[in-house]
Amino acid sequence: MTVTRSEYCVIACAEAWRDAGEILASPMGLIPSVGARLARLTFSPDLLLTDGEALLVRPDGTPEGWLPYRQHLALVTGGRRHVMMGASQIDRYGNQNISCIGDWARPKRQLLGVRGAPVNTLNNPTSYWVPRHSRRVFVEKVDMVCGVGYDHAAGARFHRIPRVVSDLGVFDFDTPDRSMRLASLHPGVTVEQVREATGFDPVVPDEVPYTREPTAHELELIREVLDPAGTRAREVGA
Amino acid sequence: MSDKTMTADEVVSRLRSGMTLGIGGWGSRRKPMALVRALLRSDVTDLTVVSYGGPDVGMLAAAGRIRKLVAAFVTLDSIPLEPHYRAARERDAFELMEIDEAMFMWGLRAAAHRLPFLPVRAGTGSDVMRVNPGLRTVTSPYEDRETFVAMPALTMDAALVHLNRADRLGNGQYLGPDPYFDDLFCEAADSAYVSCERIMDTAELTKEAPPQSLLVKRHTVTGVVEAPGGAHFTSCAPDYGRDEAVQREYASTPWPEFAARYLGGGLDDRYPE
Repeated sequence: MTVTRSEYCVIACAEAWRDAGEILASPMGLIPSVGARLARLTFSPDLLLTDGEALLVRPDGTPEGWLPYRQHLALVTGGRRHVMMGASQIDRYGNQNISCIGDWARPKRQLLGVRGAPVNTLNNPTSYWVPRHSRRVFVEKVDMVCGVGYDHAAGARFHRIPRVVSDLGVFDFDTPDRSMRLASLHPGVTVEQVREATGFDPVVPDEVPYTREPTAHELELIREVLDPAGTRAREVGA
Repeated sequence: MSDKTMTADEVVSRLRSGMTLGIGGWGSRRKPMALVRALLRSDVTDLTVVSYGGPDVGMLAAAGRIRKLVAAFVTLDSIPLEPHYRAARERDAFELMEIDEAMFMWGLRAAAHRLPFLPVRAGTGSDVMRVNPGLRTVTSPYEDRETFVAMPALTMDAALVHLNRADRLGNGQYLGPDPYFDDLFCEAADSAYVSCERIMDTAELTKEAPPQSLLVKRHTVTGVVEAPGGAHFTSCAPDYGRDEAVQREYASTPWPEFAARYLGGGLDDRYPE
C-alpha cells in the first residue's frame, strides 16, 4: 500500500526521538503523538510518555508514573525531555510564536499565549511540528518570540532546536549561522514547493535527501495499533 | 477550632474592588466557578487576576472586571482559544503581564516562601522580557556567573480554589490526578477561600483516600464553601468531567446573553450536582 504524506510526517516526527535515551517525549499535536509512540515501540524503547495529563503511561495506556504539572515544569528544567511544540509562526532562526498575531499591545489575533515555550527552549531540546507549511507560518520575523531561536540564544547553555517537521519536509539548523536548512523532503514534494510556501529563503543543500521510508513493521504499527481510525489524515491530507 | 464554612456570596462580600485575586485550577479544569459566578453577581471590579487561565478569565474579562491579568495562557482545553478572552485582548481591554508557565509557578513559590523573587532559567531571549519591561535579571554569585530572570513573587490579596472535599476547618482534599497549583495559591495569598464538592468530617477525609491527597492546609484557608458542581462546566475529576455541551454554548454565545441565562440565580438550581 502507498505510504501517505501523513505517514511520512509520523516517521519524520518519530525520528526526533531516535537515540534520545530514557527521557520524556512530549509531543503536541496528533501526528507528533503517533510519532513519539512509534519511536517508543521501535527504536527508542526507553522513552517516557504521558497521557497528556498527570500520568506517565506505557504505549498501551498503563500508568507507570505520576507527573502533575508542577513536576512536569520542574522536569523541563532538569533537561531530560524533548518536546515537539506547535508554531503559529516560526522564523529562519527558529524563533516560535504561539502568543498573538500583530502588535502584542493590541493584537490582531490573540492566540494561546506564550505557554511554556520560553522555559522549554532554554532547558530541553525543543522541536516543532507544522501541519500546514505556508508563508503565514514560516515568516521572516515572528510577531512575538515565545520559543527562543538561535539568534536570541547567546549564553543559553541548554538551548537546542533539533528539527522542524512540516507537511512538506524536515528542517534543521546545521548551518554556520544557525539559520534554517532543508534537511529532507517528504517523497512527492519539490524544493520549489518548499520555497514557494516559505516566507524566507531556507538554506537548501545541493543534494536534498527524501524523508526515509517507513518499514513494513512501522507501517503496521501506525495503521493498526497507533492510529487505526486514521485520524492522522485529518491533520495532514494527501 | 473555628468553623470556616460560609456561602459563596459571603466570600465575595470579603473581596474589594482593586484587589489582586488568584484563581486556582488550570485551563478548563477544576476552576472555582461557583465562586467566580458569585463574584460576577457582585459589583467587585478593577481586579488584578492571577490565573492559569480558563473560563474564569474569559468571564471576568467579558464582564469588564479585570484591570490587569497575570497569565501564561488562557484556554478552554477542548476549545484551544478562549473566545471571550480573545475578544477582550483584541480590544485592549486590560493590562497584561504575559509570562511563561514555569515563571508563573516560581512566582507563586516565591510568594508562598515570602521571597521577593526566585531565579529562573526562562524568559531570557524571548519577548516575555520585551513586553514586561519591569522584569529584572540576577547573576549567579558563584563561579558559573549565569544570568537568570528574577521572577518576582506573585503575592495576592485573596485566592479562590475548588477542591473535591474539605472539612469545616479548611483542610482541602483533591481526588483527581493533578493538584494543579491550588495549595500554592492558598499559601501565596493573604486570604484564601476553598469551595468544594462536599464538606466532610475531618476523620472521613482519609478513610477512602491517602493522606497525601490532603493538599490544602487549614492554616492557609479563611473560608470554606460547600458547592456541589462548583467547578461546572470545567472538569472536577473524579467527581465529574468537563461539560463540553455547556462549554460550547458558553464559547459560542455572546456574553450578555450567556450571563443572563447562567448568572441570574438559576445556574446553581440548574446544576445542583
